[in-house]
Amino acid sequence: MRRFFLHGLILFSAVVFVAKLAQIQLLDNSYELIANNISIKKVYDFPERGYIYDRNGTLLVSNQPSYDIMVIPREVKEIDSIEFSKLLKIRPEDYSQMFSKAKHYSLDLPSVFVPQLSKEDFAALQEKMWKFEGFYIQKRSLRDYQTRHAANILGYIAEVNEAKIAQNNYYQMGDLIGIQGVEKAYEDELRGVKGVKRYQKDRLNRIISSFKDGIYDTLPSQGKDLELTIDIELQSYGEMLMQNKRGGIVAIEPKTGEILALVNAPSYDPALLVGRERSRNFTKLYYDTIAKPLYDRGLLAEYPPGSTFKILNALIALQEGVVSEDTKVYCHNGYFYARGSFMKCHSHASPVDLDSGIYNSCNAYFGTVYTRTLEKFATPQLGIDNWAKHVKSFGLGDFLGYDLPTGKKGLVPTSVYYNRAYPNGNWRPAATVSNGIGQGELLTTPIQLANFTAAIANRGFYYTPHIIRKIEGKRIEVPEYTEKKTTTIDPKHFEPVIEGMFNVFEKGTGRSVRVEGIEICGKTGTAENFTKIDGKRVQLTDHSIFIAFAPKDNPKIAIAVFVENGYWGARWAGPIASLMIQKHLNDSISRKDLEKRMLEGSLLFEYDKPLSGEPFNINQ
Amino acid sequence: MNTSGSRHLKPDWVIIFLFICLAGIGFVNIYSASVSGLEVSLLDLSKPHGKQLMFIGLSSILILLIFSLDSKFYERFAFVFYLITTLLLIGLFIFGKKISGATSWYVFGGVSIQPSEFAKVSCALLVAKYLSDNQVDLKNLKDLSVLSLWIFIPAFLILIQPDAGSALVFTAFFLVMYLHSLSGWFVFAGFSAIIMFLLTLLLGSTWAIGVVLGFCVLLYFLLGKRKHKTGPLLLFFSICVVFSLSVNYIFQEVFEQRHRDRFNIVLGLTEDNRDIGFNTYQSKIALGSGGFWGKGFMEGTQTKGNFVPEQHTDYIFTTVGEEWGFAGSFVVIALFVLFLLRLLHLINRQKTAFAKWYGFGVVCVFFIHFAINIGMVIGVVPTIGIPLPFFSYGGSSLWGFTLLLFIFIKLDATRYNEW
Repeated sequence: MRRFFLHGLILFSAVVFVAKLAQIQLLDNSYELIANNISIKKVYDFPERGYIYDRNGTLLVSNQPSYDIMVIPREVKEIDSIEFSKLLKIRPEDYSQMFSKAKHYSLDLPSVFVPQLSKEDFAALQEKMWKFEGFYIQKRSLRDYQTRHAANILGYIAEVNEAKIAQNNYYQMGDLIGIQGVEKAYEDELRGVKGVKRYQKDRLNRIISSFKDGIYDTLPSQGKDLELTIDIELQSYGEMLMQNKRGGIVAIEPKTGEILALVNAPSYDPALLVGRERSRNFTKLYYDTIAKPLYDRGLLAEYPPGSTFKILNALIALQEGVVSEDTKVYCHNGYFYARGSFMKCHSHASPVDLDSGIYNSCNAYFGTVYTRTLEKFATPQLGIDNWAKHVKSFGLGDFLGYDLPTGKKGLVPTSVYYNRAYPNGNWRPAATVSNGIGQGELLTTPIQLANFTAAIANRGFYYTPHIIRKIEGKRIEVPEYTEKKTTTIDPKHFEPVIEGMFNVFEKGTGRSVRVEGIEICGKTGTAENFTKIDGKRVQLTDHSIFIAFAPKDNPKIAIAVFVENGYWGARWAGPIASLMIQKHLNDSISRKDLEKRMLEGSLLFEYDKPLSGEPFNINQ
Repeated sequence: MNTSGSRHLKPDWVIIFLFICLAGIGFVNIYSASVSGLEVSLLDLSKPHGKQLMFIGLSSILILLIFSLDSKFYERFAFVFYLITTLLLIGLFIFGKKISGATSWYVFGGVSIQPSEFAKVSCALLVAKYLSDNQVDLKNLKDLSVLSLWIFIPAFLILIQPDAGSALVFTAFFLVMYLHSLSGWFVFAGFSAIIMFLLTLLLGSTWAIGVVLGFCVLLYFLLGKRKHKTGPLLLFFSICVVFSLSVNYIFQEVFEQRHRDRFNIVLGLTEDNRDIGFNTYQSKIALGSGGFWGKGFMEGTQTKGNFVPEQHTDYIFTTVGEEWGFAGSFVVIALFVLFLLRLLHLINRQKTAFAKWYGFGVVCVFFIHFAINIGMVIGVVPTIGIPLPFFSYGGSSLWGFTLLLFIFIKLDATRYNEW
């Protein structure tokens, strides 16, 4: 039996197949009749895309109707193309070019002939459409922006490309899809599901009835409305403060991880990317490779954190028990961290302890603290890995896991990194001392800075930052965003460090931006940075950085501000951070002079320097 | 010892001719199914037909490579191949890319590779190596469980991608085991398991158990006065119950919604199946409209226009049916039958056990693909997406099948050198 088992199986299935094929292809005529006499027309019913609101219920994005002229080339008969071109406001020579492009894509599938007609053009065309067989009008909805801000958060929608269509068969030529920001991250929610109606057509291409009484038809399901965590007032205020500067502001509500503002400078009006002008405007934004308005600095730009990072080193040293609050370190405009190696500092009273070390931002203090943290261990490798473990627990060195579609990891160097740099494995903690003051190999994105500030404000934990607050009026319940992430530092170590951050405003590097009546805790930062001009490494004016949270007890906002080439931290980033905090907490600004200086201040001259081709001075 | 191998190379030209026929006809149909605009270029790499032509070209290099290696190599390194493909399957969960719901692909730049297509080949080699040992007897529980485990591992890894269709192909090796020395009871058990699985998912545990109960009661009365019937029947019933409950448990508790969705769509249980129902209907209309002689090359309007999904991959046979009619479909089925029977003929003349059992693996894998794919398209088998060998568009599947076949042709070609 086994010998001919397979022969039997093969012949048996072949006979079954041939018999079934004979039945379908030869005996049963109904299939053939259907195919010959009737073709089926699919009509799509696009649901309206969901609206987007801010955290206070202000409408940010709604919809406006728009009309696409679609074509199925095989069905196009002799038409008056001159008249048609005139109605569509295109040149007759464009007509034939566009038509052959559609034919090249497919004879039988619809493609978009002219996208996004205005209401007026549509009205003029509608009554004459019967003359142009093979063309039809597909109604869609386009975005209608109620704000001129937050373009980097909202993202935009555009026609889906062929690669995406091949990947996901929901989409068809001409469908709109979210490309960036919230529109991309929550595409499935915003989009809804389009419905399909199928009609039978006769040989003359007239619709005769619903196909099979509509048993294959589907109803559209509406797109869902989103409520974002941002406060559009704070967001717009931040964008105005940042005009004529480059950089980013990220503000987070510490007790929830909700992103209150995510400012990117320079920015653009989201309405630029809607309608028939979309592609021209997009090209303009896309090819601005100098100011890069489409590059979301708050999420993507990796900068050295500068002195703001000293806060973390203080916490780690306290946790490891290598210093106490009262440990004193001497600093005379700097200190020798190894034989013959001097780290510079500015002039301030000496010696310093934890508190004055923070508010004076003393390099000697944090260089010492950092090396002690590493030297606690038998080898520098073990030391730095332990240090990196603490740093990473604040969400640095990896994707944070927020719900916007772009991001960067940043960099927290570990022993692997330095063993590669010093191949014999023979390096000392002092070689990495720049990590102690946030220079060196460390890289962070502004949102990572804001997030670790939130973790400090919370005294040891954070919630993953996120942009979504409610979907269809219902609070989100995503564990990723509602579960606490705890850092490796004990809560008791935070108070002395926070005291130091408070004194930054009372008597330290942030004195100039103190706000009467609000207890702000913060830290200035100044980061050296370089560019390449003609292949040569050239230093540019330092980045101005500031992190802060307020109020000191029960914090409501944690913020990181980054101003490219703004020089020291309290020059640009500090004032902007303090204005943002006051705006959020008091809703009014008492320091009109400072506000005016920030709104009108411009750093464009600074950005022109490396492009001018002339030698230039920095840090003036 | 075997350096003279290439001098005595006598490949079987009949099977190679059949292979060329199938791949050639397949290409013609992919061309027809994928060209819908005004294309002229054969080698347009942005369209499936252009890529397929490139895949066919590259597979001839693969064939040369297969022939340049010593026959012994495949036997000796069977386990290494198996290890590599299994690691590739595991790696998918880390580096794989999700395409239409299943994580079955590695994507490097523009090239995507589906390791499950190669896992079949290495599994066939390993099974052959295992069965070629004279000591092995599948009535022996240890041998049986070891070999089953080897087959189960890749099948399971593919099942949880989830790609139920490709996993199902591994049942081919149980056919091979049956041909070797596996008790017929296992074939019975296998069929029962598949039926119970489908019943449970389709009707739910309660009804599935009800159906089995009815079946057992019926059997009890049919068997009449035979002795020892209560025990085995009770055992059979309790195994079915446990199986059905565990299928239910795994499906509801272990699988995630996306896995369930995929199974539900395959089984036609989801609300969203309207599109799929419509497609099967369209596929039949396309076949039926072909009539006896078909509509002719490039004239099949029904199979164009996105009515049937995967037109150039899993549903390529509809294009054959529409454009070449009953005559064309008959020729293709006849070619496949000749191909399979020729392989069986070649197996008979093998001198080594390894070549023989590998040959059986090859036949069974091809048979399962042939039977399920065409069965699905003409509607006698439920929708299970696996490719039609040499016909369906896709580099990985074409190369997988080429490897599978030509390793056997190589073994056959050097059979006189094996003394």
